[in-house]
Parts: sequence; C-alpha cells; structure tokens
Amino acid sequence: MLHQLSWKVGGQQGEGIESTGEIFSMAMNRLGYFLYGYRHFSSRIKGGHTNNKITVRPTEVRAIADDLDILVAFDQETIDVNYKELTPGSIILADAKFNPTNPEDCVAPLYAVPFTEIAAELGTSLMKNMVAIGATAALLNLDEAVFQSVVDEIFGRKGEEVVAKNIEAIERGRQAITEQIGDRVGTWEIAPADGKRRMFMIGNDAAALGALAAGSRFMAAYPITPASEIMEYMIKKLPLVGGAVIQTEDEIAAATMAIGANYGGVRAFTASAGPGLSLMMEAIGLSGMTEQPLVIFDTQRGGPSTGLPTKQEQSDLMAMLYGTHGEIPKVVIAPSTMEEAFYDTIQAFNIAEELQLPVIVMTDLQLALGKQSVEPFDYSKIEIRRGKIVDSVEDEETKEYFKRYEVTEDGVSPRVFPGLKGGIHHVTGVEHDETGKPSEAPGNRRNQMDKRMRKLQQVRFENPVYVNAPHEDADVLLVGFNSTRGALEEVQENLNAEGVKVNHAHIKLIHPFPSEEMSALMDQAKKVIVVENNATGQLANVMKMNIGGHAKTKSILKYDGTPFLPRELTNLVKEEI
Amino acid sequence: MATFKDFRNSVKPNWCPGCGDFSVQAAIQRAAANVGYEPSELAIISGIGCSGRISGYINSYGFHGIHGRALPIAQGLKMANKDLKVIASGGDGDGFAIGMGHTIHAIRRNIDITYVVMDNQIYGLTKGQTSPRSAAGFITKSTPGGAIEPSLKPLEVALTAGATFVAQGFSTDIKELTAMIEAGLNHKGFSFINVFSPCVTYNKVNTYDWFKENLTKLADIEGYDSSNREMAMQTVMRHEGLVTGVIYQDTETTSYQDKIKGYSELPLTDIDISLSEDQFDQLIKEFM
Ligand SMILES: Cc1ncc(C[n+]2csc(CCOP(=O)(O)OP(=O)(O)O)c2C)c(N)n1
Ligand code: SF4
Ligand SMILES: [Mg+2]
Repeated sequence: MLHQLSWKVGGQQGEGIESTGEIFSMAMNRLGYFLYGYRHFSSRIKGGHTNNKITVRPTEVRAIADDLDILVAFDQETIDVNYKELTPGSIILADAKFNPTNPEDCVAPLYAVPFTEIAAELGTSLMKNMVAIGATAALLNLDEAVFQSVVDEIFGRKGEEVVAKNIEAIERGRQAITEQIGDRVGTWEIAPADGKRRMFMIGNDAAALGALAAGSRFMAAYPITPASEIMEYMIKKLPLVGGAVIQTEDEIAAATMAIGANYGGVRAFTASAGPGLSLMMEAIGLSGMTEQPLVIFDTQRGGPSTGLPTKQEQSDLMAMLYGTHGEIPKVVIAPSTMEEAFYDTIQAFNIAEELQLPVIVMTDLQLALGKQSVEPFDYSKIEIRRGKIVDSVEDEETKEYFKRYEVTEDGVSPRVFPGLKGGIHHVTGVEHDETGKPSEAPGNRRNQMDKRMRKLQQVRFENPVYVNAPHEDADVLLVGFNSTRGALEEVQENLNAEGVKVNHAHIKLIHPFPSEEMSALMDQAKKVIVVENNATGQLANVMKMNIGGHAKTKSILKYDGTPFLPRELTNLVKEEI
Repeated sequence: MATFKDFRNSVKPNWCPGCGDFSVQAAIQRAAANVGYEPSELAIISGIGCSGRISGYINSYGFHGIHGRALPIAQGLKMANKDLKVIASGGDGDGFAIGMGHTIHAIRRNIDITYVVMDNQIYGLTKGQTSPRSAAGFITKSTPGGAIEPSLKPLEVALTAGATFVAQGFSTDIKELTAMIEAGLNHKGFSFINVFSPCVTYNKVNTYDWFKENLTKLADIEGYDSSNREMAMQTVMRHEGLVTGVIYQDTETTSYQDKIKGYSELPLTDIDISLSEDQFDQLIKEFM
C-alpha cells in the first residue's frame, strides 16, 4: 500500500480538466485523505495545455510531490510534457480517442482507454472525465459509495437520470481498465485515512474568509490572476452580512476607494497581484501619510511587467517594502500556510486599524491557488481589535479642530469617523499639524514624521517567524517565505534523516523585520541558505540589510515559473553544504 | 440649524486674490446650509491643485487626497457611511486628465455624491501648463506654439456616460451656482457640476469678462427642458458648452447604493461586524 499517491490529469484548457481534478479531490477528501492540488495553466481560456497535479496522503501533505504515480491524459501533449515525472512503477491512462503514443524513453506503461467513446455511448462525450475517474478508482481500489455521494452533490440538481448516467460512466471506466490490466488493478491503493472530513480550499479562500471573519464589510478590487478568487468570494459572501464589493475601473481606484471606506470607519481592503500593486503605490503612501488603515493582498505571480501571469514567483518583495515614494510606516506580512492565510489576515486587519497604517498581506501563486486540506478554523481564535476609536467628544459644539494627529508616546493618535459631532478635522497627504491642517514648519515635520514612524515599534504580531530549530549547532539554517514552507519542511526531514543538522525558519513578518529572532537563529548555524522564487535573492537582501552574517548566507533561487519540489530542493541544498 | 457661517473655519485660503475658487467655496458653504446640513455630517473630498485645497477651507470633515483620486475616495466613504453627505471636488486637470477614468466611471456608477469641478482651463498649482480643457491654440508654458489638442467637452462626455445630473456654473454668479449645488446635493445619485472658475494668474484668455461675454444661461432659453437628454445634448453642442444652469436631470433612475443586493439598510459603519458562530460554521462547512 502506498503512503503517498501523486495523480495528474491533463489536457487542453476548457476541456473539463479542472472538474476532473475537482471530483477526484472531493472523493479523496471525503475519505479523510490530505490533499495538495496544484494547477498548471496558461493565460488563455480555451486551448493550451493545462494540468492538475494532486498529491494525496493519509497524513498531512505539505508539498507537491516530485514524481507522478498516475497520469491521466486527454491529449498527446499531456504525455509529452509530463512523462518525465513518471517512475517505473507509474502508469499512464490515456484517452484512446487521440491514438496515444508512449515516448520511447518513458519508463511507465501506457494504457489507452476509450474514455470519450464510452462517454459518447452513454449519451455525451462530456462525461469522459467521469470515465477517467472510474479508471482511477479501479487502480486505487476505491469503494464506489464515495463517488455516489460526490456525484449526488454535484449533479443532484440536474435530476436522477444525470446522476445515474454519471455513476454508470464511473463504473464503465472501472471495467475498461480492469479488462486491460487485470490483476494489477488496486496496485495503487493508498494506506487508509482517518475518514475525517477537512476543509479543502485555496489560499485565496482562506484569505477571503479571514477578511470576512475580521469584519471587513467593503472591498474594492480589479480582476487579476491570481487574486480574483478573493474578490469573487467576497462578492458571494458580503451581501449575506450587509456588505458590498465594487469592481473598480482600475487598481488606483480600488486602493483609494478602500482608503475612503476605512476613513469612513469600515474595515475595507483590496487584493491584487504585481501589476496592480505597482498602480497602488501612490495610494499606499496616502494611507501611510494620512494614517488611514488599509489592507492590501498581493498574490505574487511571475513578473516583471505582465511577466508570467499564471506562474509561481516571489519577486514583489522589494516593491512591497520600498515601492512607495517617501517614508511611511508599513507592515508586510507573509503567511505560508492555509491556517496562516486565515489567521494572519485577521491580524492584518487588527494591526491596520490599531496602528492606522497600510498592511500588505503577501502570498504567492502557489499558496493563492494551490488547493490544500486543512483542519477547520477555530472560531474562538477570532479576535477583532480596532484601536483608539473615539466615539463621542465632550464639547460637541467646539469650533476647534479635533487633534486627529495628536503627537502621542506610542505614535498612535485618537481616531474619529466623519459624522461625529465635535470631531471635525482635516486629512491631507500634505504634511500637517495635529489637527490635519497643512504645515511645512520643520519642527512640526519632525514631530509628525517621528510620531508616524514610532508606530512601527508597536507592531505586535504573533509568531513572526515559524521556527523548527532542533539543533543548537546546526550545519545549516534554511530560510524561506510564503509557499516554499512545505517543500523546506520536507528537505529538513530528508537531510536530518541523512545526519545533516538542519534548522528551518520561515519568515512571516517581513516588515518590520524580526531581526532579533533571526539573528539568534543564524548564530546557531554554520551556514544560512535562503530559498526564494526570484532571480535576485530579495529576502536574502532584506536579511542582509537588517542583520549581519553576510559571509555565511547563500541563496537558492528559482525563477522559471515552477515551484520548488521537495527532492529537487533537497539536492540543491546538498550542493550548497 | 446651521447657517453658512458655521461652515467657515479659521484657515485663510492661499488662493491668489481674485481667484474664482473663492466663490465656489462660498457657494458650497451656502448650499450646504440651505439644504440643512450640519458641518459634522458633511465630508468634502478633494484632489490636488489650487482648487484641491478647498476641503481645508470649509468647516466640515475634509480629505485632501492625491492628484486625480478624489472621486474613488469619496465613493468609498459614501459606501461606508451612506448617511454622510459627500462632496468631491477638484480642478479640471484633476478630474479630466489624471482622474478622467474615475470621472467617467463615477458618473456611470451613480453613487449618491456631488462632484464640483473648478474648471479654469489651466493647471494652476503647477504654474500654468495646458489642461485638457484648454482650447486649441491656447498658449501656455507647455504649449508655447499653442495647444494642438482640441479641448475636452465634459458636459457631452457626462451626458454620453449616462449622467443622471449635469450642471454648469460660473463662479461670479454665486446665486445661480448655489442653487445648482443645492439641486445637486438633493439629487439622488451622482451629480456632476462643472464650474467656470477663472485663474486670474495663468489664464489671460478665459477671464471673467470673456465668460460674461460668451456664456448663455439656460434659464434664458425658452422652453428648455432639463429632463430631456436629447435637448440637453443639442443645446450644449449648439453653444459649444458655454451654458450655465442645470443641464440635465434624471429623477427616476435610482442610485447605485439602492441597487446593491444585500447591502445593509444601516450605514456599514453602524453594523456589528463580527460573524456569529453559526455563520462561521456554515462558511467552514462549505469548504468540506
Ligand atoms: C501624480 C501627480 N502628478 C503630478 C502632480 C503635480 N500636479 C499637482 S496639481 C497639478 C495640476 C493642477 O491642475 P488642476 O487640476 O486643473 O488644478 P488647479 O490648480 O488648476 O486648480 C499637477 C500636474 C501631482 N501632484 N501628482
Ligand atoms: S494660480 Fe490661478 S487657480 Fe491657482 S490660486 Fe492663483 S488664480 Fe487661483
Ligand atoms: Mg485647473
């Protein structure tokens, strides 16, 4: 029995590849398996190769597997592009319709199964994905009952006949492959799972749910890959709690509208990717200067410019830290798991309001769109803290402007919302005095700048670094951020098993940088290797700016649009030590 | 009840003596008092330019943002608190050059706010460059040989973009201007008001006298019907945009906020923002 199964389905975009992966995942999720799904897709709607690779384990799965056990192919390109991931124990199930051929150097056998033909016999070739699922089920020796419930849920609305046809398609797929490989059916059976149902979601779902739970009731955004799902989730859910989403004319409008709503007293945010982030830079400065809270999600993708819009990269880090002109206090958070995408989003909204500044939550495409199993989030851990909000003023008739920018010890000034009697003040991106009136006096400038910057010392972020450092005298400390977490955990496990002493730190709070924690960890290691999906080693550079240890810091960089895989990364790390 | 004096603050405007923006400020203050607003329930969101300073000169909530972005900030604010009265304001460069995208879409969107543009056909604050409103041939620092591009026609643009309220005023005629701002504030939807507000320092062509000579009041046109969009368009075209008064008003179309499904009756600022445990459980289950 396998302890991990890696399954991939591929074909042309628009052919139902996604739903095939979806149905397979739903069934495995119901059986209590842990899943990690990653989609390969391109920037076009119909046509172009797409695939969905799903790693399944009875225990927690943290990364996409290097290899492939089963490849389901709906076209020849799927075989040609992916066969290198196969091992001698693997198998290819290909639709007989396109007369599949197995490349000479492919180590795995190919079975042509009449997916389309069977589906057409049953009434519609669209059901070819169900036939493929049936064939997969036979290889995995899966119980049919699990598919009954999935099919009921997906097709129940379309009536009994549709449900019956789909079940039949699954059964016919099972028979077809069984006839061909006989005894080998069931070879890919996975060790049983606990049967417990878990959430199965993408990072964008976790972030959006976090925003909803954090009390955000307004979102303004402009569609972009790989951020759009956040907006789409909010469009579905905000009306249920009285809120609203505006799809704006561009990202400048999105960010400034969110600022306007925050100024009004509502938790509001926007979400985008690199190109949108670039357009928001001036607005981020406005949020910092006028001390209006603002939460922005940046789901990083391949840059620069339009770059690799549907591929993994982590190259916006410097833009997030330094992209706006002038100097403002700003917080940059980088969750690395589904749980963190949810809970850290709540922290982001709290920090934005408590400290009245912009908070950027960065993820990357692999985290944003990768679909993973996760234990249900804990309601009791949701806490909303809104900071120094003043909801009544003693002298309502006062003609004096309210000191919205009062110089205080912690740098945080009292905040009133428009509409409050006695709270009138001015807000401007021009340097201003305590009431918000423009002032260019050098003394005032120093006081206001210092006050704003002081707020950075107040950032209280739970667990700014994920640490797994069992060794006092490690050979190497591995450092990363965002979605490389799972792959690095596996590298650590692999190398520790080989006797190399490896510690791992994943940085969640990028700015203000957790220098103390990171220096201590670096001191415990002979070497530091920073692993990043970019070409210039942005996180390594941020570390060098904040702490010492330059001589022993090395980078492993990958910027070809594909995520790091555990074994690949293990080998790269070995080369460095 | 508040009078226009209650909308005055202690800040002395740094506009040049004679600048048209003084009268626009006065008209907004009067209109706000006339429709019965309290200073604390009014927010003025302005752009960047000489005109953009206006939000700092009126005793109300005020937000002086970034160049060209007054409208999105104002719309976000109104979305957050629909009980607030929101005026967006700025120059012709702010609204018709850098912010033109927002202007068109704010008009289309029809959120219930009022937008007052101080149109001086020039960039004042940056000391006299051409604006999208400068006439072809207009000589400025940036167009020493005369502007090549034709002037933008904001009224026609607004009418084609689906505006539900379009008006144009002249800053010396405070009475007429006040009345149209009042009408705009009372309008249920987006009200667009372009105001000729001469720059006495950098625009020596479109002067007070020039406007007096060239402007026609719609009130003087017999049979003018501001509910007729076709007539509005024809009249504006015939007079090359040089008219004043309420040009068009559609009183039937409801505002954006009235059309959003599920949007809270109460201002978002007043609702409880925490999810109940039941709501949360339901959301979690959807992923299982
Ligand atoms: C992004 C950006 N670009 C340029 C400027 C410089 N700038 C300030 S005001 C202005 C134009 C002002 O013209 P207008 O909007 O017509 O206002 P006026 O001063 O005439 O009232 C420009 C270009 C700026 N502040 N921000
Ligand atoms: S430069 Fe022109 S627009 Fe600016 S304040 Fe002076 S007169 Fe008014
Ligand atoms: Mg101007």
